[in-house]
Amino acid sequence: MFRYILRRLLQMVLAFFGTTLIVYALMFAGQGDPIQALAGERPVTAAQRAYLTEKYHLDATGVGGFFYRYFDYIRSLLQGDLGQSLTGRKIGEILQQAWPVTVKLALIALAVAVIFGVTAGVIAGIRRAGIFDNSTLVLTLLVLGIPTIVLAPLAQFFLGVKWQLFPPTAGAEPDFYALLLPGIVLGSLSLATALRLTRTSVAENLRSDYVRTARSKGLLKRRIVSVHVLRNSLIPVVTFLGVELGNLMSGAIITEGVFNIPGVGFNLFRGIRTEDGPLVVGIVSVLVVVYLVSNLVVDVLYAVLDPRIRYE
Amino acid sequence: MRVRRLAAWTALPLAVTLGLAACGSGGDGGSGGSGSDTVSIQIAEPQHLVPTNTTETSGSQVVSGLFSPLVDYDAQNKPVEVAAESVTSTDNKAWTIKLKDGFTFHNGEKVTSDDYINAWNYGAYAPNGQGGSYFFEKIAGYEDLQGEHPKAKTMSGLKKLDDLTFQVTLSAPYIDFKTMLGYNAFYPLPDAAFSAPGVLKSDYEQAPIGQGPFKMKGTWQHDSKIEVERYDAYPLDKPKAKNIEFRIYQQLTAAYADLLADNLDVLPTIPTESLSTAQTDLGDRYQTSPMSSFQFLAFPTFDKDFQNPDVRKAISMAIDRDEITKSIFKNSQQPARSFVSPVLPGYRDNTAGAAGEFNPTEAKRLYQAAGGPAKITISYNGDGGHKDWVDATANQLKANLGVEVVGSAEPKFADLLNKVEKKQPVGMFRLGWVMDYPSMEDYLGPLYSTNGSSNYYGYSNKEFDRLVKEGSAAPTQEEAIKKYQQAEDILAKDMPVIPLRFGENVFGHSSKVKSVEMDLFQRVNLLKVEAAS
Repeated sequence: MFRYILRRLLQMVLAFFGTTLIVYALMFAGQGDPIQALAGERPVTAAQRAYLTEKYHLDATGVGGFFYRYFDYIRSLLQGDLGQSLTGRKIGEILQQAWPVTVKLALIALAVAVIFGVTAGVIAGIRRAGIFDNSTLVLTLLVLGIPTIVLAPLAQFFLGVKWQLFPPTAGAEPDFYALLLPGIVLGSLSLATALRLTRTSVAENLRSDYVRTARSKGLLKRRIVSVHVLRNSLIPVVTFLGVELGNLMSGAIITEGVFNIPGVGFNLFRGIRTEDGPLVVGIVSVLVVVYLVSNLVVDVLYAVLDPRIRYE
Repeated sequence: MRVRRLAAWTALPLAVTLGLAACGSGGDGGSGGSGSDTVSIQIAEPQHLVPTNTTETSGSQVVSGLFSPLVDYDAQNKPVEVAAESVTSTDNKAWTIKLKDGFTFHNGEKVTSDDYINAWNYGAYAPNGQGGSYFFEKIAGYEDLQGEHPKAKTMSGLKKLDDLTFQVTLSAPYIDFKTMLGYNAFYPLPDAAFSAPGVLKSDYEQAPIGQGPFKMKGTWQHDSKIEVERYDAYPLDKPKAKNIEFRIYQQLTAAYADLLADNLDVLPTIPTESLSTAQTDLGDRYQTSPMSSFQFLAFPTFDKDFQNPDVRKAISMAIDRDEITKSIFKNSQQPARSFVSPVLPGYRDNTAGAAGEFNPTEAKRLYQAAGGPAKITISYNGDGGHKDWVDATANQLKANLGVEVVGSAEPKFADLLNKVEKKQPVGMFRLGWVMDYPSMEDYLGPLYSTNGSSNYYGYSNKEFDRLVKEGSAAPTQEEAIKKYQQAEDILAKDMPVIPLRFGENVFGHSSKVKSVEMDLFQRVNLLKVEAAS
């Protein structure tokens, strides 16, 4: 097990550098005029253009220029310096500020998905074709059908502005309550998927041989469901949620925008809009690490859930 | 087996609890309503807070509270002294600026003429890369501070006379210099801002020390907020509000939701999406006031299709401006039929004359007589919310001129400029302009002069250039305006651009504040705004 984890960690290092190279190359290729993008529609003075060009080596173009700038970036990265954004802020600081709030948001979303999704999924799976099952089917289809870009402003308007149950926006240092609404909105899509996955999985396992055996052995139904069925049904759900954690962190662009949370999604959006290569690469690199780690955790959890799976 | 099971049953709840605990410890910033003596104002994340490097609205809003300008503008948008006692000149070339006594910086330093001279030299010195450096280019000696290795570090045109008086010599007479001094690039910097002469402390802009009515409370909290409080030693009329919180929003729609819930006090710009409902939502807390923005369509001179002025006039006549401002902008912008903004001294209505009037029959006749192109393209940047009105304009042209018209979106403004610079066929393209200071010259110079900084379309008329130059060198404002107006008449004849709309501040405030006023630069008047008791 230990060797397995170590091997995976070493692979991560390679994957990390591979992604930074690809992302850096993509940003480099797609870069138009970041200085004009920064200035908006104002004319840029020659002095300012010269200053920014020199500071960020924007005159290094072509293949040679790309490798020059990439290795320059990697060199400072290895020294723990993520570089500066075009407005002169340290990217390390931006990330330091953006990550905690995004992690909190993603965890709330994940908790919502797990608590409500898995529970309702189990109930729906046990009472298949009942009223509960059918109504959750309709509800989840509805949620899956509404994109966040519609759901988030709707939730904000009704729950935040009209009935004032939640604060309409969360801000940079939100308390748990302020993050609850954005967390629910963000988690609703995962909730729906987790619910449907759990339901199918539970329904299928309930018909399996070992359940029949357990039942004929005279085990209580509660014990059959909570120990045997649930554990076996969780494997696809855990796979899904592990990958979803990464998605929740990177994919919160819309939710973070609507609820004014200056997290990772927003900074990624800003980086892309202002063609801020180093900022985008910095964020994506950390996202890659999050994906890799959550995948590793999922793989390790498999072994916990299913004793037949062993890693050597 | 047992260990495994234990791990499984403890891991999940533990993770959830940890997550929730982490959430709980976040503190209470941001979301709560502001206190009774604090006024919260929406801004976007400023790019910079060093006055000579502040060129966008959000940064300008913040520094306008931290600093007091030499001059401000009265109801007619003429300059009046604030931090200056007097700004005088006999020849419009050598200007003597006398400062009011009693101004101190927030750290207690007395404001002297050196503080202005140091700040301006810092701003003009090219290696400092200040965005507002072009404001100093009229001062004698500015050229010596340019290039990669400038010859000098200080401008020869700045001379200290005594602690409260200094002289600014321009390289050529300029009548509007006093007007120009209202811009935030001309604020002073305290000695405490510099770590060595000409070297700004790297953390100065995290908590700028100014001489204005408000001082920083803590530091600039990036992407979150900037808080300021009343500066008690401010020598002029004290502001009404005790504290102001500039709250940073990424999206106007989020700020608008907060405004509706009384969580935010002032929203300087109502988002376009909410314009149709804002009047009912806010009632008399929905307000408008004049500002300087100007939207127009430009014709690149390298495009042969549009070389005949009659073609350009015909296109202008075929656009129903009133209809577009009403249906698309819900009257939050005004139709434009002149080449400079109505907020300026010297503005006249309808200088475009007949070409500004909607007249489809005459437009079609003129267009055909002048041999206009059979297909017109209107290029615009797709990230600025321009699609609706460009499509509406294209439809009007299609119907009224009987030619094919298409709107073509470039991803970003920079891409559009890039194509224009490379002389690629873009057809007509949209541009906008917001003034730096209220003078006709600030429109005529950058937009229509041969070397104008925003004259991307290449319009050039020697007579026009001469008149603008004579105007800015004129001995009195009246004579200057006369020359500027003659220059504007040439534009009406040549029609290098089609004026479309003048902007307005469309803003709203919560029920917790009153006396909300906006200036021409989209900034809230921080001296007037106050909490409603």
